[in-house]
Amino acid sequence: MTSVANRTVASRLAGHHDLLVTGALGIAVLVVPILALTVPEGSALHLSTFSVTLLGKYLCFALLALAVDLVWGYCGILSLGHGAFFALGGYAMGMYLMRQIGDRGVYGNPILPDFMVFLDWQELPWYWWGFSSFPFSMAMVVAVPGLLALVFGWFAFRSRVNGVYLSIITQALTYALLLAFFRNEMGFGGNNGLTDFKEILGFDLQADATRVGLFVTTALVLIASYTVTRGVVSSRFGRVLVAIRDAEDRMRFLGYRTEHYKLWAFVLSGVIAGVAGALYVPQVGIINPGEFAPLNSIELVIWVAIGGRGTLHGAIVGAILVNFAKTWFTGLLPEAWLFVLGALFVMGTLFLPRGLVGLVSRRER
Amino acid sequence: MSPEGVEGSDLLHGAILYLDGITVSFDGFRALDGLSLTIDRGELRCIIGANGAGKSTMMDVVTGKTRPDAGVAFFDRHHDLLAMSEADIAMAGIGRKFQKPTVFTNLTVRTNLELAMRDDRSVWRSLRARLDGEQRDRIEETLESIGLHLLADADAGTLSHGQKQWLEIGMLLMQDPKLLLVDEPVAGMTHQETERTAELLVSLAGGRSVVVVEHDMEFVRSIARRVTVLHEGRLLAEGDMESVQNDPRVVEVYLGTPC
Repeated sequence: MTSVANRTVASRLAGHHDLLVTGALGIAVLVVPILALTVPEGSALHLSTFSVTLLGKYLCFALLALAVDLVWGYCGILSLGHGAFFALGGYAMGMYLMRQIGDRGVYGNPILPDFMVFLDWQELPWYWWGFSSFPFSMAMVVAVPGLLALVFGWFAFRSRVNGVYLSIITQALTYALLLAFFRNEMGFGGNNGLTDFKEILGFDLQADATRVGLFVTTALVLIASYTVTRGVVSSRFGRVLVAIRDAEDRMRFLGYRTEHYKLWAFVLSGVIAGVAGALYVPQVGIINPGEFAPLNSIELVIWVAIGGRGTLHGAIVGAILVNFAKTWFTGLLPEAWLFVLGALFVMGTLFLPRGLVGLVSRRER
Repeated sequence: MSPEGVEGSDLLHGAILYLDGITVSFDGFRALDGLSLTIDRGELRCIIGANGAGKSTMMDVVTGKTRPDAGVAFFDRHHDLLAMSEADIAMAGIGRKFQKPTVFTNLTVRTNLELAMRDDRSVWRSLRARLDGEQRDRIEETLESIGLHLLADADAGTLSHGQKQWLEIGMLLMQDPKLLLVDEPVAGMTHQETERTAELLVSLAGGRSVVVVEHDMEFVRSIARRVTVLHEGRLLAEGDMESVQNDPRVVEVYLGTPC
């Protein structure tokens, strides 16, 4: 039967990327710990902790790009505020890490983080309760961005806010959160954010083994998220998303509640972005309101565009390559990076409408 | 409120669509002005009228896209269309084919039909939906009847204009509506394609009710048994093609002017 034949061709094509992505990440999971921990420091093959952390950061960005590609690439929802979900996940993790400091802070207060002592606060605000527990904090990493995506998406999609208007209000959303988190009264460390972390689950955050562990965790989470999102976009749900992207009105007249489909895709995407933020914070050692900057959210859309939107693996490739280029270039000519990024975006749009991965395979979905 | 309470029930006997006193205003302009219309079960009806006569607005009201300022609209006796969302109306059994063929260009012809197929539309179900043998057969049958079985795995975006129109008709077949609203089905078609479309539409009626809005008088003549003429948001005349064509009011406002 032709339909069966077609399905196997399609799954073989998709399986081909899946194998490459999960294979490459799986190899990294095996090889990076060996190179970082067992190869002696003098050897050319030795991977410094700095490099491991850098790679871990790239994988967090890849996870974030995956989240954006799910809603933008497949459903046409151009969110320019995904940095907000990333930052909220990061703050939830940061709050846990702050509580782990205990009395080792500068002021030695066993309950209150340093910035609260500095602000002369007497007790922990209610919304900090529970964050000394790792499971509770992880639940918040998922729940807070997920809830924001649910509430925001429910209003936006129900009111049929589309296209550029949706992009603008997502920018407004992340900007509003930026301003709010800057305020000391909010109780999230204001301008300085949360930092000076000591340990996670009892492991010293400065230790090489912990850094490697965080890298491995990030890679495994990326593999899992990639597998889940691939499953989602390969299901009928995924085909409905693409159909909504192409002709939403038509889908309504076919009887689909398009706002429900968009909402759940948006929530899943927000949750993945939040998890990415939570993995990012212990590796870079700080979370501050700067992560809410509207520019960040725009930049990450460019990673997806350059990698190839609507492919999932393109988002991962784009995020890693662009950030690698950024690290390299900002070392060379720091002021010029934004111009380079802009040029990459323009050139990519003009000459690679299907992104970098579109170069490799001409036809994919 | 049931339609029986509005008018005599004998009038509704066998009616699939019942509109009464529908009024729609856009910024003071009355797109529909107390329009009343009844479509019988299994009927193939053509609606004609000049641009701005209210044909598209009428379809928008029936499919839930536009809410009228006044009037009642019932479908299949007990569905109050004015209280339902577009998606609910579609699921109750009203299909719509737009003037411009709108297919999902980045999905294959087969997937287009799959998405149109009458099935559970919930998000949860869509995550685990698998086509069973019966559904797969239905898709194959439809592919045959719209003549696109050789292009089943092509992206819908690569089809010609006429093929897109047929794919859309195929999608409506999969949706299996009780009432089909078709907006200018032969606009931009070649003569051959037009004939083929006429055959398709005639074969569709009988099992279900079909309402066709069309400018092409030749085409209307070839398929219509009953014609409704709209003018300035109101019903101007109704009857078989011959009596409508000879109606002096119709001649004056529509057929008399070269089109």
